[in-house]
Amino acid sequence: MSIAPDAPAIRLKDVSHQYRKHTALDARSLDIPNGQLVGFIGPDGVGKSTLLSLITGAKKLQSGSIEVLGGPIDNAAHRRRICTQIAFMPQGLGRNLYAELSVRENLEFFSRLFGQGKEERDARIASLLSATGLAPFTDRLMGKLSGGMKQKLGLCCALIHDPVLLVLDEPTTGVDPVSRRQFWALIDAIRSGTPGLTVLVSTAYMDEAEQFDRIVAMDAGQILYHGTPAELKGKSDDLETAYRRLREKEAPQVSPNPAPAHSFDTEPIITARGLTRRFGDFVAVDSVDFSIHRGEIFGFLGSNGCGKSTTMKMLTGLLPISEGEASLLGRPVESRNRKLRREIGYMSQAFSLYGELTVLQNLQLHARIFAIPDKDTRIEAFIERFGLDAHRHTLAATLPLGIKQRLSLAVAVIHQPRVLILDEPTSGVDPEARDAFWDLLVELSRGDGVTILVSTHFMGEAERCDRVSFMHAGRVLAENTPDALMAQEDAGSLEEAFIAILERADPPTPVTAPDVPVSAKRTGMGGVGRALAYARRETVEVLRDRVRLAFAFLGSALLMLVFCYGITLDIEELEFAVLDLSQGPESRAYVSEIEGSRYFQPTTRLNSASEGAARLTHGDASLVVELPPDFGRKLRTGERTEVLAIVDGAIPFKGETVEGYVAGLHQTFLNSLARENGIEQPEIARIEPRFRYNQSFESIAAMAPAMPAILLIMLPAVLMAVSVAREKELGSVTNFYVTPTTRLEFLIGKQIPYIAIAFANFLLLAVMTVVIFGVPLKGNPVPLAIGALLYVWATTSYGLLIATMTSSQVSATFATAIASVVPTIQFSGLLQPVSTLEGGAQTIGSLWPSSYFLHLNVGTFTKGLSWEALGPDILALACFGPVLTAAATLLLRGQET
Amino acid sequence: MQRLYSIFWLGLKEVMSLRRDWVMMALLVWSFTLAPVMEATGVANSVNNASIAFADEDHSHLSRSLAAAFFPPEFQDVVHIEPGTGAAAMDAGYFLFVVAVPPGFEKDVRAGRAPEIQVSIDATAMEQAGIGANYIVNILSAEIHRFAIGSDLATAPPVELVIRSAFNPNRDTVRFAGIVALIGQIMWLTTILTGAAMIREREHGTIEHLLAMPLSPFDIALAKIWANAAVVLIASALSLALVMQGLLGITIAGSAALFLLGTALFLFTATALGVFLATLAQSMAQFALLVMLVILPMLMLSGGETPVEGQPDWLQVGTLILPSRHYMSASQAIVFKGAGFETVWPEFLWMTTLGGALLAMSLMLFRRSVAQET
Repeated sequence: MSIAPDAPAIRLKDVSHQYRKHTALDARSLDIPNGQLVGFIGPDGVGKSTLLSLITGAKKLQSGSIEVLGGPIDNAAHRRRICTQIAFMPQGLGRNLYAELSVRENLEFFSRLFGQGKEERDARIASLLSATGLAPFTDRLMGKLSGGMKQKLGLCCALIHDPVLLVLDEPTTGVDPVSRRQFWALIDAIRSGTPGLTVLVSTAYMDEAEQFDRIVAMDAGQILYHGTPAELKGKSDDLETAYRRLREKEAPQVSPNPAPAHSFDTEPIITARGLTRRFGDFVAVDSVDFSIHRGEIFGFLGSNGCGKSTTMKMLTGLLPISEGEASLLGRPVESRNRKLRREIGYMSQAFSLYGELTVLQNLQLHARIFAIPDKDTRIEAFIERFGLDAHRHTLAATLPLGIKQRLSLAVAVIHQPRVLILDEPTSGVDPEARDAFWDLLVELSRGDGVTILVSTHFMGEAERCDRVSFMHAGRVLAENTPDALMAQEDAGSLEEAFIAILERADPPTPVTAPDVPVSAKRTGMGGVGRALAYARRETVEVLRDRVRLAFAFLGSALLMLVFCYGITLDIEELEFAVLDLSQGPESRAYVSEIEGSRYFQPTTRLNSASEGAARLTHGDASLVVELPPDFGRKLRTGERTEVLAIVDGAIPFKGETVEGYVAGLHQTFLNSLARENGIEQPEIARIEPRFRYNQSFESIAAMAPAMPAILLIMLPAVLMAVSVAREKELGSVTNFYVTPTTRLEFLIGKQIPYIAIAFANFLLLAVMTVVIFGVPLKGNPVPLAIGALLYVWATTSYGLLIATMTSSQVSATFATAIASVVPTIQFSGLLQPVSTLEGGAQTIGSLWPSSYFLHLNVGTFTKGLSWEALGPDILALACFGPVLTAAATLLLRGQET
Repeated sequence: MQRLYSIFWLGLKEVMSLRRDWVMMALLVWSFTLAPVMEATGVANSVNNASIAFADEDHSHLSRSLAAAFFPPEFQDVVHIEPGTGAAAMDAGYFLFVVAVPPGFEKDVRAGRAPEIQVSIDATAMEQAGIGANYIVNILSAEIHRFAIGSDLATAPPVELVIRSAFNPNRDTVRFAGIVALIGQIMWLTTILTGAAMIREREHGTIEHLLAMPLSPFDIALAKIWANAAVVLIASALSLALVMQGLLGITIAGSAALFLLGTALFLFTATALGVFLATLAQSMAQFALLVMLVILPMLMLSGGETPVEGQPDWLQVGTLILPSRHYMSASQAIVFKGAGFETVWPEFLWMTTLGGALLAMSLMLFRRSVAQET
């Protein structure tokens, strides 16, 4: 691509983006030159992620224009052309990676998407892994990596194809300071090794922004500033202050914490000695000691996964302690102590209130659970104190993040606890809200004497704590007042002190720029290669997900057994009752005719008609036979008489079957009676019913070959839909948005393993039909197998089609289950043959693949049909797969909206 | 007392949350309105609109009257086909039944030579085939008999069989299918609602929040159980009154209150099952898959789809531990046969015992899973 060297890499004009009615982004104009490191700064929810997703083409442009690498990003042809030059690492550690895949498998997948040959792939992966220090973890599953390692792997995957434009959305959030520092060193190394590489990065850490070439400061969807960090900073002490000034907010008034009302050493409120927590082999918290005093604000500082949250959960009693002891307010912490919990207020990492309740309802719920006597006045006081008055009737889910945190705090202290445990309460909140939040904490500590234990990864917050404990890998590395820690390490800031301590404890692996071989040979497999890359990855994932695997194989076998044993229609050994008012040899002969048949069990005699009615109501009898008092006499004298049979008709099918049995037995009785009396009743005509295909008329012979038709649509379609919805829900679908993968390649690639699984299921069910249910295969297995393959292609395509219309795994599961089972049962001829359906239903039946497969499978098993008879079914089945896949391809979105 | 109060309010929260969850609300409405209506009116259990063909080689008065004896709604209009083409037409699935009348049939009947009519039945269409075969044989014999009596060839049999269909004289299938469908929906929905509420609480992290308060896992589970059971009970009552009785015109022979009491007992089982499955599943998607694998067999074997007597003997004993079977059996007795408490109490006792056991077990598991969570 030939772009003038001075042309901007990205040019943006009047771009705005709406989510429903909410405007997330409204950017007038922005030019980003080539080869620079550009930072997008601002707190959560100001539109940084939206902007970056639009630039990479992951999100569909709604209005305005964005030119990326010399062409409009909303031009599909241009987007396809340049997407091999862009790499995008979305927000959330490892969000676009695959947790069930190893480090190497993740990299291989991305490499295949870009058509790299094996030689090139191996060379690149080796070089990237050694440069980032991930080489020792090559075979570890991505889901088991630490935050810092996930971030490195994400970067490796982004760099595998030598991008010209690298877009990183909040790559350092939740990562410890050492890993962060290493990350930036790596970026620097890569930039110096690849001149002309443009890097766009967003961050919520203002201190990181100093090193950027340019800064784009954003607030409420608008670009407030674009220029160099030095210009922005101007006269301010730091970027954070400068940013605040941009937002026209007052400079922070961080006054030093007022002296505590009590001296700390009077009364230890929380103590821990040798506190340890293990999860299997993994030691999350390793013999931690501390002692916290009344009214103190005690901070835990550390990266994600260092054990802060686990320690706090043990203190609240949420997690049992593996070893060591902890006491709160002088009493040992036990998980079941209700009384103790009244003294604790807990606020967990994520917003964990009920989003579907209003602010007031949330407060009321908690006040009620704590049985606060003066509930209403207390709530009013808290609404006032925490500034929630304007939001009283707003749903908690729709509150701005800062207000949510205030509400969470209000809820946590509504019962006026003596101890407050806060797990990263301010992550993602803008600086002003964070200050306001801390003011409240200080007030609680100093004013009310509440002991506060708080965890954070913001250094600025740690500085406001009375004492800080540095945690890393489950251990406490240092603990003291912030000033003492800085003095001890001879550091200018708390962060430097932390880094010095961390590096001493856990020396980091050095990072270098990856040495990428230049001689790149592409496989030329193109689309097929990409589809196969998806197929390969999907196979590995399914094989490693035990629930899905069990569902895929055991599910069909289990349901086959249940359906075949459960839906047998051969009803025998029914209970019946007799009211024999005649009590003669003739009536006894009649009754023994019924008793002797295999349909009914021998029975006791009834004494009255009402007894028979009770039996029927109870369900103790399905049939009551009443023989009149003059039965024997009339029969002897040749007079006509009658027998009354009362059939339990509550279950219509059963009733009709019983009726048929009785009528047949009655006829047998008449015939034998005629023979005994020597009356040769001449036969008028014989009616010969011939059960075709299934002479003995056992329901299993009809049921077993019919069941695969429903099982092979329900299970494969559900599995397929879940697999697509899962990518959407977990975020890895972004890889499809921003790589050269086309919609068809994505769908076919994901479909291949499920066609294979479904076909294996077909074979399994066929073997069960023959072996377990003893139904011989009369016909030719070749057309059957071909038809089955076409059928499972169609049913997995149907799953794809539904998945394109649903967004969550749950809705995909239920929607697919309903949408595949209902038409199959109603219209495919499973319960009611297609030929007996009426008008519209018959049309639907003829447009439904199960109808043809049902005929094919039953036809081959029981009817022994030939190629000619099955040809039309195979032809019809061959149409569904392509049509449904094409429809799914058309409906699948190639970008996020 | 305070504990009950907390459980009550926590449960009320559940109802408020449900009201704002439009996916679940949509599922709720669908399950208690359209779904049972479709199921009730969609599939006919007895012979309905069956396809039948005549290969008539006799072309006599009698053979024509035989063909004329089949008419809707049980049968479609008779199609006359060429003799010898019946087998192929059945292979292709065009007809369920083919009746072949041989040449000279009427003449042979008159001559007392007892000619033979062949009725071919597609035995792969189980329900229709079995009952339909009986129908056809009976209709043909009656028709031939009438002809024979009219021609003085036979006399009436000495004993007449009078068959009365108790509880359902008109062989109405809508009523049966409607109630079975409603019961199925109750089972599905209760389990899904309770389990999903449980998993949502876990996925949103609110469960920790609750456990940090003076609440036990038992209280939390109990709140979910009473709230979801109450929602489903009210929905069932409304569906019974408005959809079943109102729209489908289904009559309830017994007491609707007794049916709802049985439902309430059964709801303990279904909610307990929801808690149980939610404890087993790691994620909402796994839960959804598990629900399908567990509920479908429970429903298929409950005796609603096909009679319990049809199951192999060993399975009939095994399904006794399915609460769904007892619920189905009690409901059928109450709704179709007008049974009172004195009849259904053993089933109620079964349900209470089984539901209680399942509830105790799932609460125990839930408590353990909460304790081990990260």
